[in-house]
Order: sequence, then C-alpha cells, then structure tokens
Amino acid sequence: MSYFSKIREALQKEPQARPLPGRGAPQNVSNLRFTTLTVFTVLGLIAAIVVNRTVPQIADVEIEPYRVGASLDININGLYVSVLSGVILLYLGIAVFSFLDQDRRRKFIERAPFRFAVGLVLAVWDVLGTKFLLLPQPFFPGPARILEPFLMEPGYILQQILYSLRLFACGFVIGASAGILTGILIGWFPKVYYWVQPVLKISGVIPAVAWMPFALTLLPTPFGAAVFLITICQWFPIASLTAQGIQSTPKTHFEVARTLGAKTPYLVFRVAIPHAMPQIFTGISIANGFTFTTLVMVEMMGQPGGLGYYINASKVWSAYYKVFAAILIMAILFSLILWVLSLVESRVLRWQRGLVKQ
Amino acid sequence: MSTETILEIKHVDRTYIDTNDNTVEALRDVSLTVRRGEFISIIGSSGCGKTTLLRLIAGLDAPEAGSLRIDGAEITGTDPHRGYVFQQGSLFPWLTVQQNIASGLKARHVYRRQKADVAEYIELIGMRGFEKSYPHQISGGMAQRVAIARALINRPDALLLDDPMGALDSFTRADIQDKLLELWRRDKTTMILVTHDVDEAIYLSDRIAVMTPRPGKISEIKEVKLPHPRDRGGAEFLSLRRDILEKLHLASAHPEPEYSI
Ligand SMILES: Nc1ncnc2c1ncn2[C@@H]1O[C@H](COP(=O)(O)OP(=O)(O)OP(=O)(O)O)[C@@H](O)[C@H]1O
Ligand SMILES: [Mg+2]
Repeated sequence: MSYFSKIREALQKEPQARPLPGRGAPQNVSNLRFTTLTVFTVLGLIAAIVVNRTVPQIADVEIEPYRVGASLDININGLYVSVLSGVILLYLGIAVFSFLDQDRRRKFIERAPFRFAVGLVLAVWDVLGTKFLLLPQPFFPGPARILEPFLMEPGYILQQILYSLRLFACGFVIGASAGILTGILIGWFPKVYYWVQPVLKISGVIPAVAWMPFALTLLPTPFGAAVFLITICQWFPIASLTAQGIQSTPKTHFEVARTLGAKTPYLVFRVAIPHAMPQIFTGISIANGFTFTTLVMVEMMGQPGGLGYYINASKVWSAYYKVFAAILIMAILFSLILWVLSLVESRVLRWQRGLVKQ
Repeated sequence: MSTETILEIKHVDRTYIDTNDNTVEALRDVSLTVRRGEFISIIGSSGCGKTTLLRLIAGLDAPEAGSLRIDGAEITGTDPHRGYVFQQGSLFPWLTVQQNIASGLKARHVYRRQKADVAEYIELIGMRGFEKSYPHQISGGMAQRVAIARALINRPDALLLDDPMGALDSFTRADIQDKLLELWRRDKTTMILVTHDVDEAIYLSDRIAVMTPRPGKISEIKEVKLPHPRDRGGAEFLSLRRDILEKLHLASAHPEPEYSI
C-alpha cells in the first residue's frame, strides 16, 4: 500500500459502507451551488490582491527589492501577492479534487464564508497597515511586511525552525517513551503504583519551567536543559494517563486471554496496552499543549536558537514584524505536528471508529 | 462415545461474600463426572451458580472445599486445553474478527505454524467476508460464533460454554446450535454447555445436569437418548422438556416464565 493511500484511508471516517441517504441525511450540493461558493471562497483573497495592486502607496514606507536566486528581484508586495495567489490556487485545487464527492463538496463549501472574510480582513489590514500606515508602528506592521523576514533572512529563519523542531523531537521521543514506560509500570505493578503514583501526582502539577534553574545548571548544554524540561512536560501527563488506561482494563479481557493460554507478556502487551491506547493518545495531546508553551518559553529565556530565541532577539531591535513572522511559523509548525499525530492516532485507533462518539 | 472420564468434580463448595457482607452459597457440595467426548449441559435458573461452576472448571476461580480433576490432575489454573466461551461481549474490541480468532494461536506462540487454521475456522463459522471487521461492526450472533472459533482453534480437549446464545434471538440461536453440533462431531471435543434454555439443552446434549439455586447444587442428571438431528416437536423431546421444567419450577419458589417459547 502506498503512503498516500494509507493517509487517505486514515482520513476516511467510516471504513465500511456509508449508510444510504435517508430522512435527515445531508442535502446534496448542486453543481451550481458548489461553483458559486468556490468562487466566493477565493473572492476575498482576490480582493486582497486587487487592493494590494491598485491602492496607491500613500504613506512613506520603504519597500525595497530583495534578490532571490540568480536574477529575480522581489519586494514584500510581490511576495504577499504570490502567497495569496498560492493559497487561491490551493483552494481551487481542493475544489476540483472535491468536485466528484458529495461529502468533500459539503466540507469544502462549509468554510467558504470564513475564507472570504479572511481575504477581506487581509485587504483592510493591508490598507491600514501598509498603504496608509494608520496602525501604531512598529507594533502592528501590515500583512506584507510580516513576510519581509522570509525575503531578508530565509536561511536564518530555517535554522531557527530546525532548532525548535529538533528540540521538540528530542523531548517528545524521550518524554513520551519514558511516560508510556512509567505508566505501564505504575498501571501493572501495585508496588510501583504505591511508591511512584504520589510522586507523579505532586510533581505533575508543577509547571516544567519551574525546574529551569536546575536544568540549566545541572545539564552541560542549554539544549540538553531544554530537552530535559520538555521531557518533563511529556512525561507526567502521558505516564498518568497510560497508568489509568492500563488499570481500567476490564478483568474479562485478561480472563479471556488466560483461557486462551496467554502468559504475562501477552496480557501486558496485547491486552492492557491496546486497551490503554486511547488514553495514551489523550495523554500525548495534553502533553503537547504544555510542551509548546514550555518550548517557546525555554527558547526565549536561554537558548542559542529556535523560534522563541528569534522572537526575543527581534524584540530587542523593535523588529515586531519579525515577531509576527515567528508567530505565523509557530502556528503552522505546531498545527502540522498536531496534524501528523492525529493521523497516527486515527490509524492506531481505527478500531474505535464508530464505537465511540467523536 | 467412550466412558472414559475427562473431568471429575467432587464435593465442591464456593461461597461469595456480597457487598452487604451477606454470604451467598453459590455452590454447595457439587459433584459431577464428565465423560470424554460427551456433550453435557448444565441447566438452571438465573443466579443458581452455573457461571460459578464453569469458572471453577476453567481454573479462573478456586473452590473453598472439594476437588476438580481434569484427566486425573487437580485444576490449579487456566489451560488452553480447556477453552472458554464467555456469556457475551468477550471479543477484543481492538482486534478484527480474523485477529480475534488468531489471538489464541498468538498467545501460545504457534501462530506461525498454524496460520492456515484461521481461514479454516472463519470458513467453518461462516464469517467469510467479515475477516477485517471489528467486533462492534458485527452482530451479536456473529460475535459469539467468533468467540467459539477463537476458543476452538486451540483444539481444546474440552470446551466450556457459558450460555453463549443466551442473549440471542431464537433463529440465530438455532443456527449457532447446529454449528456447534457440527463442530462437536468434527473435532470430538468434550462440550460443557451452561444454559437456561431447556430446549437448547435437550436439542444438543447427551446428558443434562439440572441445577437448583440457594444453595446452588446439581439436583438431577438426565440422559438424552434421542438420535441427531433432534425433532424439537417430537413426543419424547416434549416429555423430557416437561420433566425438566417441572424440576426447575419445583426448585424455585417463584416460577419464572422465561422458559416458555
Ligand atoms: N463475584 C461475586 N461476588 C459476590 N457474589 C457473586 C459473585 N459472583 C456470583 N455471585 C453470586 O453467586 C450466585 C451465583 O452466580 P452465578 O453467576 O454463578 O449465576 P448463574 O447461574 O451463572 O446466573 P445467570 O444465568 O444469570 O448467568 C448469585 O447469587 C450471584 O449473586
Ligand atoms: Mg452466568
């Protein structure tokens, strides 16, 4: 099976046949309605482009060109329009892809008013923030200005992204594995539960950044210290939810397995852990909430790189457009991380589809 | 059928303490001998101790007094040679039909060698086309058939069935009963079936142990000498049925109407 068909399968709501449309079934979306709403979807963004291209630059704002590649000169307005055009093309692509499927059609047009509004907001913001410069500067740059760092220092930004990503990956892998392992031990062995559970309960409420002074002095590198703090963020919620999941395994599941000839390893790895899987994933998503916060804070307070560091360094120079750029990247990056994890989750927990209310 | 003994239960007591600190004598002085290869049913009203007895045979529970011996050896714990089908809803929800049936083989680390059996048993219970379905996607009757296949794929000497059809409608029930007979004849497994349906007991069994409640004990054992397939409307069938119902009604202070069809 190819990678893409796997993703598509994971994305499908119901692996079984869909129920026939009955009373109360969602209405079909006609071709006309779908086309109209598709146009509506991109209309706001088109308006934003038109505004950027036609409204004269009234305020005195420096818009200088940057050289990209060998011979291409592009300024912030050029990049802004390109990005908007890219998004428009993306939406049109999705629209074409959704044309044949009623479910996809419905899902796509549902967002039409929101996407239209986003385009309008961008247009107004562009006028106020760049063309007329009516917003307080330098705190609220226009939308095109926020893209300037990507022209100015793309390599440097990429470096910061990779730094944050590496930090997250290390903390996540170590913390989640440690959390699942401790959770299994706590859930399975009453002795471990007795001794470790209270510790977990008390230390679990402490925000990880509180350990920062110790982490920075006890670990040899700032990166190591940051990984340690993120590990803590991951560890506690995942450990306690894993333990809960293991402990709540119905006794009959174990009895069934024993009558089939199962020994302890089977009971742990093939009964208790599969049963705990939904809770393990809940633990991971709770942990990620803490982790993103901690990650950015740690980077702002004592790291030689990362998006948090970039924000801090830019703030010193009052380069607020760079701060916004970093925020934009975070929004996209963290959403991507959550999306990938949700793909893994729906793959692992596909047995639950249709069993629990989603 | 041989007369060799496979299971010997002698003077078994099992008492529970319930949540109100009352003692419940689930079993008192229960003795029963099961012959190798026979189909024996244990029938009794709800709460008379049938599940308790079956759990003792499975080794899921231990008696306070008395002994249970399988092939002459004391029962000390569970053993895949004694398959067990639970009253209901015992499939692993995270495994597909196929994986559920294979789980017995995997638990005993013989899956690699006996992989082919899985397809065979899926075929036997008529679940072709549902291999990849999850338990919540199949009907209750299908689920019980899968549970039976999952226990039988281990080729147990004895199969303990705890009222596996109790929650099913009469059509599905008749269907599974025939499947069960077919499997019994094929594999010559000793079948110990708990039920509270008199017709089911007579239709399937060589012998029927009638249990009476409070304290739970076996009050009588009936032989069924009718040839298979049995006619549920036949005269002998009906007189045996009346006989057993009478025993059950006499035993319970308040007659329970659930035995009528
Ligand atoms: N774990 C337990 N703790 C306390 N009492 C129990 C326990 N298990 C069973 N009992 C009691 O023991 C008696 C026999 O229970 P058992 O489950 O063996 O009945 P049963 O014949 O299988 O009934 P049914 O046909 O409803 O399944 C009942 O009175 C029940 O309340
Ligand atoms: Mg019972």
